[in-house]
Amino acid sequence: MDTSTAAVSARPRIQTPVREGRNAGAVAPSELKAKLKINGLNFYYGGFHALKNITMDIPERKVTAFIGPSGCGKSTLLRTFNRMYALYPEQRAEGEILMDGDNLVTTRQDVSLIRAKIGMVFQKPTPFPMSIYDNIAFGVRLFESLSKREMDDRVEWALGRAAIWNEVKDKLSQSGQSLSGGQQQRLCIARCIAIKPEVLLLDEPCSALDPISTAKVEELIHELKSDYTVVIVTHNMQQAARVSDYTAYMYLGELIEYDVTDTIFIKPKKAATEDYITGRFG
Amino acid sequence: MGTAEHISKQFEADLDTTRTRVLQMGGLVEAQILAAIQAFATGDATLVAQVIENDARVNGYEVAIDGACNHIVVKRQPAASDLRLIMAISKIVTDLERSGDEAEKIARMAAKIHEHGAHHAQRFPAIRHAAQIAVKMLRQALDAFARLDVASAAEVLKEDSELDAEFRSVLRQLITYMMEDPRTITASLETVWVAKAIERIGDHSKNIAEQVIYIVKGTDVRHTSFADIEREIAKD
Repeated sequence: MDTSTAAVSARPRIQTPVREGRNAGAVAPSELKAKLKINGLNFYYGGFHALKNITMDIPERKVTAFIGPSGCGKSTLLRTFNRMYALYPEQRAEGEILMDGDNLVTTRQDVSLIRAKIGMVFQKPTPFPMSIYDNIAFGVRLFESLSKREMDDRVEWALGRAAIWNEVKDKLSQSGQSLSGGQQQRLCIARCIAIKPEVLLLDEPCSALDPISTAKVEELIHELKSDYTVVIVTHNMQQAARVSDYTAYMYLGELIEYDVTDTIFIKPKKAATEDYITGRFG
Repeated sequence: MGTAEHISKQFEADLDTTRTRVLQMGGLVEAQILAAIQAFATGDATLVAQVIENDARVNGYEVAIDGACNHIVVKRQPAASDLRLIMAISKIVTDLERSGDEAEKIARMAAKIHEHGAHHAQRFPAIRHAAQIAVKMLRQALDAFARLDVASAAEVLKEDSELDAEFRSVLRQLITYMMEDPRTITASLETVWVAKAIERIGDHSKNIAEQVIYIVKGTDVRHTSFADIEREIAKD
C-alpha cells in the first residue's frame, strides 16, 4: 500500500486487480494474431466512395462485429472480404486485405477458392432448391471428391456443427426450403462450414429470425469461434454485445472506433460511438 | 457523456425523472441528518419522532428508484454512459438509504441520551463539527452527481479522511470523559454510536462520489488509492 492511500483513510484498502470487475479489459484486437489484415482499403460503387481508407486487423478465432447505421459500409466491407463485388463491373476495391500474406484485393486466386476459405451467410436464408442433404453436399462436391460414406459423414458433421442435425436427421431427403426460417439459416451455416472455410462472414444472419432461432444461431456463433474466425454484421447492438469479442463502429464509410466489445458498450472512446450506441442524435 | 439528447424522448424523460428523484431523495436524507443532529443537541422529542417517521419516506424512494432503474434496463437496454448512470444510481440509492438509517439511529440515540439527562450531550461541539463535515460531504457528492463534476467528487473523497480524523478525536475525548467520570459511561457509549453514525454517513457520501467518477470516467475507483484516483481524473 502506498502512502497516499494512508492519507485518505487509516483503514487498509485492498487493491483491486486491474483486469477484474467494471475496469476489466480483454486484450486489444491489435495484440492478437490477425486472420485478416486490412490496410488502407477503399471501395467504390461507380463514383460513390463507400469505404474510406479502412485499416484494421480481424483477429483469428474470435468474433468481430460490425455495427453502424444503414449505409455506413459495414456490409460492403464484409463483401470485399470474399470478393462478392467481383460480380459487378462498376464496383472496385483498392488497398489491401491480407489473408496469410495474400492480398485478396489483387490476388489472382480463383474467386471460388477464396469463397471456399471465406464463407458467407446472408440476411435472408438462401437454401438451394434441393434436398437438405444436397444443400450440404453440393458445395463439398465442387472442391472434394468424397465417397458416399465420407460424404454422409461430412453432411452429418456439418449439420451437427450447425446444431441442426437432430432436427433434420430423419428428413435429409426433404427440400431445404421446407424448413422453418431459423432452421434454413442454420442449414446455410452448415452448408458454409461443410467445405471447411477459415473465415465465416455473417451478414445480419438473424434479422429475419424469431428470438428462439436467433438464440440458437448466437449459441452456434459462440461454438464456431473455437475453429473459425467469425465476422458478423448486425443492426442489433445487443446482439453485437452478446456474441462478439471485438466490435467496430462504422459511419459514412469510415471506421470510427474498433475495440474490445465491452469497452465499446460500456466506455467507448469516441463521442460518435457513444451517441450511436446510446441512441442519441449525432 | 452523450453529446446530444436521445432519439427516444421517452427514454430521455425516464432518465431525467430518475436522476431528479435521486436528488430529491438526497435532499430528504440531508434534511433527516440535520434534524437528527438538532435532536441530539436539544433532545426535542417531536424532532426525534419526525426523523423516525420520515425514514419510511427515504426507504420508499430507494424502492421506487430501484424499480425505475429496472424498468429502464428492461425497456431500453442502456449502453455506455446510460448504462453507467443506471448502474451507479442503483448503488447510490443504497448509500442514501443507509445514510437515512444512520440519521434515524442518531435520532433514537439522541432520545436515549436525553433520557439520561441533557448534560451528557455536552460533547456536542465536536459531534456538531463532525456532522457538519458529513453533511457537507453528502451535499457535495449529490452536487457532483447533479452536475457530473468529477473534481467536486474527488474533493468528497479527500474530505472523508478529515471526517475519519474527526471521529477518532471525538472518540478520544469521550474515552477521557468516561475515565474522569464513570457515571457517564452509558451516555458516552451512546454518543460513540452517534459519532460512528456520522462517520458512516461520510463513508456513504464517499461511495456516492466514487459512483459519480464511474459515471463520468467509466473507471471503477472503489478501493483504489487517492493518488490513482487523481491520476484517473486527470485523464481526458
